[in-house]
Amino acid sequence: MIPGPFSYHRPATVADAIKLLSDLGDDARPLAGGHSLVPMMKLRLATPEHLIDLHGIDGLKGIRRDGANIVIGAMTTQHDLLASSEIAGSLPILHETALLIADPQVRYRGTLGGNVANGDPGNDMPALMLTLGASYRLEGASGVRDIAASEFYQGAYFTALEPGEILTSILIPVPAAGHGHAYEKLKRKVGDYATAAAAVMLTKANGKVATCAIGLTNLSETPLSADAAAKLVIGTSLDDATLKNAAAAASAIMSPAADARGPVEYRKHVGGIMVMRALQRAFAKAA
Amino acid sequence: MNDMTPTREQREAKLEGMGCKRKRVEDIRFTQGRGNYVDDVKLPGMLHGDFVRSPHAHARVKSINSEEALKVPGVLAVITAETLKTVNLAWMPTLAGDVQMVLADGKVLFQNQEVAFVVATDRYAADDGINKVVVEYEALPPLMDPFKAMDPDAPVLREDLAGKTSGAHGPRKHHNHIFEWVVGDKDLTDAAFRNAEVSIKEMISYHRTHPSPLETCQCVCSFDKIKGELSIWGTFQAPHVIRTVVALIAKIPEHKIHVIAPDIGGGFGNKVGAYPGYICAAVASIVTGKPVKWVEDRIENLTATSFARDYHMTTEIAATKEGKVTGLRVHVLADHGAFDACADPSKWPAGFFNIVTGSYDFPTAHLSVDGVYTNKAPGGVAYRCSFRVTEAAYCIERGMDILAQKLGMDPAELRLKNFIKAEQFPYHSALGWEYDSGDYHTAMRKMMEAVDYAGLRKEQVEKRAAFKRGETREIMGLGVSFFTEIVGAGPSKNCDILGIAMFDSCEIRMHPTGAGIARVGSKSQGQGHETTWAQIIATEIGIPADDIMVEEGNTDTAPYGLGTYGSRSTPVAGAAIAMAARKIKAKAQMIAAYKLEVHEGDLEWDIDGFRVKGLPEKSMSMKDICWAAYNSVAPGMEPGLEAVSYYDPPNMTYPFGAYICVMNIDVDTGVYKVRRFYALDDCGTRINPMIIEGQVHGGLTEAFAIAMGQEIRYDDEGNVVTGSFMDFFIPTAVETPHWETDFTVTPSPHHPIGAKGVGESPNVGGVPAFSNAVNDAFSFLGSTHIQMPHDFWRNWRAAKNLGVFAA
Ligand SMILES: Cc1cc2nc3c(=O)[nH]c(=O)nc-3n(C[C@H](O)[C@H](O)[C@H](O)COP(=O)(O)OP(=O)(O)OC[C@H]3O[C@@H](n4cnc5c(N)ncnc54)[C@H](O)[C@@H]3O)c2cc1C
Repeated sequence: MIPGPFSYHRPATVADAIKLLSDLGDDARPLAGGHSLVPMMKLRLATPEHLIDLHGIDGLKGIRRDGANIVIGAMTTQHDLLASSEIAGSLPILHETALLIADPQVRYRGTLGGNVANGDPGNDMPALMLTLGASYRLEGASGVRDIAASEFYQGAYFTALEPGEILTSILIPVPAAGHGHAYEKLKRKVGDYATAAAAVMLTKANGKVATCAIGLTNLSETPLSADAAAKLVIGTSLDDATLKNAAAAASAIMSPAADARGPVEYRKHVGGIMVMRALQRAFAKAA
Repeated sequence: MNDMTPTREQREAKLEGMGCKRKRVEDIRFTQGRGNYVDDVKLPGMLHGDFVRSPHAHARVKSINSEEALKVPGVLAVITAETLKTVNLAWMPTLAGDVQMVLADGKVLFQNQEVAFVVATDRYAADDGINKVVVEYEALPPLMDPFKAMDPDAPVLREDLAGKTSGAHGPRKHHNHIFEWVVGDKDLTDAAFRNAEVSIKEMISYHRTHPSPLETCQCVCSFDKIKGELSIWGTFQAPHVIRTVVALIAKIPEHKIHVIAPDIGGGFGNKVGAYPGYICAAVASIVTGKPVKWVEDRIENLTATSFARDYHMTTEIAATKEGKVTGLRVHVLADHGAFDACADPSKWPAGFFNIVTGSYDFPTAHLSVDGVYTNKAPGGVAYRCSFRVTEAAYCIERGMDILAQKLGMDPAELRLKNFIKAEQFPYHSALGWEYDSGDYHTAMRKMMEAVDYAGLRKEQVEKRAAFKRGETREIMGLGVSFFTEIVGAGPSKNCDILGIAMFDSCEIRMHPTGAGIARVGSKSQGQGHETTWAQIIATEIGIPADDIMVEEGNTDTAPYGLGTYGSRSTPVAGAAIAMAARKIKAKAQMIAAYKLEVHEGDLEWDIDGFRVKGLPEKSMSMKDICWAAYNSVAPGMEPGLEAVSYYDPPNMTYPFGAYICVMNIDVDTGVYKVRRFYALDDCGTRINPMIIEGQVHGGLTEAFAIAMGQEIRYDDEGNVVTGSFMDFFIPTAVETPHWETDFTVTPSPHHPIGAKGVGESPNVGGVPAFSNAVNDAFSFLGSTHIQMPHDFWRNWRAAKNLGVFAA
């Protein structure tokens, strides 16, 4: 539980951070809230020689509306998300999900950027970002690029982030007014990652589902977008048979690991239950 | 009398004696971050030690190369078994009469076993050093299943025991066998089963778990070469025993060993035994001439220092058709891991498991326990319980529910029918204990009324019908538990640790101004002794509790005591405190008689002093007597006012309680909700009701954790899969149910103040209440017994196995 030696850098601009990262190469890692990275370092599963702390960079923090998008700085903490009336008003599912992350202590430190950049299948935000159609702004020595969240995740702790790149902001299209939403998370206790979780965003027309997106957390090496399941519910009013079919379609793409949260079969089973419950709750909420 | 004269009630209240909800005096420092724990001990030039640990559960150690580690800046030494052999300390004795490797000697026998000890100038350098020690292993097949330990072809774990056909507790049947312990009348019991109208048989497992105190095990050892003295600050529940053990194995004269247990952040049995870290830190200090600190991290604590439970109990009960129990037969397979490092009184290889007849009047019983070695961490400590009482209570309380189910009888009714009756006390149990006192029927009925037991059963019937009709996915369970504890180890006639009788002690010294200090052989780890011990003295000698300072844990100043575990402090040390106080009072009476110029026999005690019988205005307060003790005692009497008492209890005490848990379980996810938990405890005389309530809340929370998910689990290769708080279930305030507490008072007839001990009752009684609730919920679907822990996925699995999801 004692990390190896490392040196600490605190750049004041994104450009400086990028320069440090490209100069120091593979031995350097950005440090955000440290709530994933530091535990890994204590177990010596991560042994970066240089930590580039992003806390000194103004402008990596904050939530603003930019036309049809909400733009959230990477260093915005989960607590900041919860405190924001903009989020509560136009992205209530983000508020709901942030509240299901651990406890206030973790949320004061943990950042949205760190949560989505980490590539940990247990993190809740990545699947939600898929569901919301979010994209990430990445900045590196060779410039700026935007990448869809759906393109970003490649494997456990393995993302499209190139060495030397920093994720600077998250861009989320503002959902339609009157949309229904729910994030259903089964966990063993406060502070635990999901045994299974499902995010649902939907809209209704004439009492039936008009559009739907479903995201799944911790049910595979990467966050999943359950497109087939989402397609199945469109045009229905979520009768029992449809719910079951949707759960089955979602389960079909799940490949969770067996761990102390339960065997594969259980995690897939409750993954399906989470999908059904999230669909029902979102449907009830939609106007 | 003028208006300023305090009333009797005011004088009484001022004492804050027994029965008062006195606020915990120690909390002032604990809540302000001013506690003084081992890790707060920082000595000049202090070094830090840390372990290289085995990644394998079973392997031969081919070589250990420290060359690169010694090149790490700050690393001063790497200690291995070879180093320890030069001082004859490669192995150490365990409290259970076995021996244990301090550092891997030729082999490793469990994952995370201590292999080498790296000593460095700081903790970071020590860890850097660890990563540079190269150990070459040759993996051997691990033995993880205790049921396979005595197979003819099971791997040999303990090569050091080759050829030893008997151990500390008699003959060994197999190379992985430790002991067999047999109690009771076999023939009578066999006959009871032959003639039984009804009987049940079930293998009831109590899984391996861990006490996991907030503060892990740690020590600072400092050897003074000039004086030849060794000082040890450590997380010791039994500091005096540690001093004696060190004297015996390190061959340092006992008066030159100073053991100090400062504030301790929870023990729960984890801090009773001696660990390799202590030995290595002491040797490192002797070798380097500098103080050496060893602080365990959480993973090390969970995976290497003493576990608890791991008892596999094949339980049989014989009964009549009407539900009267006629016999009990239990066989236990006890998984002790790689070394038998159980912390039981030495003559009791399975602790007091023979309390397994519980609260019931069994005419006959027979018990046998086989202890075996496996490739798991050693231990078997009493995690918030008196030596295997939790296992015994779980065994009998599950057994009674299974019997009730078979008889088609209500579990509460079955218990009421079989309880030992109030008039049967003192009661001699079939397995050899003399229960001192109890009133089980009253406690049980009070519980049933408090929760409207009949109403709950009615609701359950309705809920089950609704479930069968498909109207709900929730099932409901009622978990009844009625436990009898056996605590207060113990009488010298049957309890000792390494030959030291399990008495306890108190020394009280009153100062001239009427304040005083009490030093006690027990050692609080959060129990609040500084508060409660002073309350006993306050009531006994009429000095306000606030004027008594309580001190424990320093072996140079405290009288020899056996420490705090097994709920023994109040039954044993509490008695010593009362007896020492009574000696003070007796001398005080002589002083008062002299000063009041009357005969001693003419005095009577009156709250906070003595008064002359029939002349109440002629009195002398205890405070004034203290002053007189130092300036005007009777001619020929020694001045001063102090007393020492060593108390050897005549018997154990037998707290009991009636608990009930009401639980709903969602079969689709296995998620449970504890709707209600009611706990009635009878711990005899109640010293501080607030502290009792706190103890019950804490114990119930641990019981909840254990029953509902807390476990140390290994995979087939011997890897610990629950080695951190991510997976080892410690409930937060959010998961913890609301606790309702209640009590009856049946004082212990043999204890000076009638107290029995309560710290562990809620763990002992709580686990069966939770498990019975889960089992009761599923029983109508056709199940008899579902093993703990009852975490979400296992509840779902139970539902699935019972066909709930069949199309
Ligand atoms: C007890 C506990 C429980 C938790 N439970 C949950 C939970 O239930 N659900 C959940 O979603 N999360 C959970 N978390 C995670 C937490 O919420 C954080 O979101 C998470 O640790 C990552 O954010 P961070 O700011 O701490 O990132 P860090 O730990 O600082 O960084 C994580 C990784 O991302 C990289 N990184 C960080 N920021 C950037 C960036 N801007 N650009 C490029 N790379 C970057 C770092 O180099 C590192 O590799 C939990 C954490 C703890 C300690």
